[in-house]
Amino acid sequence: MGVRTGVLDLQGDVSEHIDAFRRALAGSGLSEGSEVITVRRADQIPSCDALVIPGGESTTISRLIDKNGMRRPLEEFRGGIFATCAGLILLSKGVPDPRVKPLGLLDIDVERNAFGRQKDSFEADLAIKGLDAPFHAVFIRAPVISRIGKGVEVLAEVDGAPVAVRQGKHLGLCFHPELSGDTRLHRMFLHKITS
Amino acid sequence: MKLEELRFGTELLKRGFASMQKGGVIMDVVNAEQAAVAEEAGAVAVMALERVPADIRKAGGVARMADPARITEIMDRVSIPVMAKVRIGHFVEAQVLEVLGVDMIDESEVLTPADEQFHIDKSQFTVPFVCGARDLGEALRRIDEGAAMIRTKGEAGTGNVVEAVRHMRNIMGEIRALQGKSTQEMMDRAREIEAPAGLVLETAKRGRLPTVNFSAGGIATPTDAAMMMQLGADGVFVGSGIFLSQNPQLMAKSIVEAVNHYDDPRTIAEVSRNLGEAMKGLDIHLLKPDEVLQYRGR
Repeated sequence: MGVRTGVLDLQGDVSEHIDAFRRALAGSGLSEGSEVITVRRADQIPSCDALVIPGGESTTISRLIDKNGMRRPLEEFRGGIFATCAGLILLSKGVPDPRVKPLGLLDIDVERNAFGRQKDSFEADLAIKGLDAPFHAVFIRAPVISRIGKGVEVLAEVDGAPVAVRQGKHLGLCFHPELSGDTRLHRMFLHKITS
Repeated sequence: MKLEELRFGTELLKRGFASMQKGGVIMDVVNAEQAAVAEEAGAVAVMALERVPADIRKAGGVARMADPARITEIMDRVSIPVMAKVRIGHFVEAQVLEVLGVDMIDESEVLTPADEQFHIDKSQFTVPFVCGARDLGEALRRIDEGAAMIRTKGEAGTGNVVEAVRHMRNIMGEIRALQGKSTQEMMDRAREIEAPAGLVLETAKRGRLPTVNFSAGGIATPTDAAMMMQLGADGVFVGSGIFLSQNPQLMAKSIVEAVNHYDDPRTIAEVSRNLGEAMKGLDIHLLKPDEVLQYRGR
């Protein structure tokens, strides 16, 4: 079956996510009948099987979600959501910062810029549950997950802090798989959507 | 996963940081209050300065890096990235900003150049750099030196978008012109524009600059910002245009929304209503040659 993947195009590294999903769909043998679209209007959300909330600035994306009337359609979305960095912050339940209003779709709390500023951004080879070889992960002013709710599965940690989680069809990552060229996490997500 | 296995300051991290700014507005601010207004309006980052470019023009004299106290005050106030400017070639100002922990350094023609021969060797730094460019050759020379982001120079502090348009059209046009060329012709072109052949080939292959490309230098209204996006900018810097307008809060929000909906004239019309006076602009043709900032750097 084809998968309609919508990348939320409000702000951030949208084109990198589109490229990564196109490659992942091809790698999963799902290209036929599938499409990757940019989501710029609220009325595009319900027609998608999967959504991507990209990396960017969470304060900016949070504001634009409300400005574009997307909060309700996102809260009511029944498909899977693939969220990286700022996207993960927005998908969470609790952010101790009034400048961001999260959607509460993942039962986790997050701490923004938890590793520090840009000079503290890093690359690392990460062991991820469900992948047989390490994943080269790119953390940019990244958040960490400070609370894990019931039904949330931790897939990876850095120094004891969770940085990759799964809940139902949703996948939340503190790093940027769309930047490192490795589509294994995208394929893991697509597999869950299609099975 | 142990912390000692981490790698910092790589090219991927620098360019990745720039990618996270795409579709966003980066605003010039001179104090913490303005920074908070910019963040609240939806800016993706702020540029911490002693004065906005239009005021630098008025003040005259040598324009330098801002006071570290002012920069840290701004960093403490907002959660979005904070950028700051150094003089072209002034690598010690850059070392200082790196120590302060700013998220990106703008090696900028808006300040008085410190070196008329060399730009900073940006590859030596952990912190990423953004640099101005007027054409493809200049953009690729900066990327070769390690810039992780390019912005058009435009003509800062004028509130006049004409030079930003010229530079964006130059860069985009030169990239399009590469497309039909053979490898040999591209090598020849690389020599003409004094750019590294490898970067010219990469640009031709991707059909765009190898880094994020923002627009800057004269953007003063939501329509200016949206026009630069339609011309192919990945995002915009707004300098004097916000805090020298009559209603900075409203101007800031409107420019953010105009960039978000850059191809939707209805929304741009909506956010352009009752904005009050934009900053007073300058006719580029009335500037004396030494007042034209874009000629700084090569």
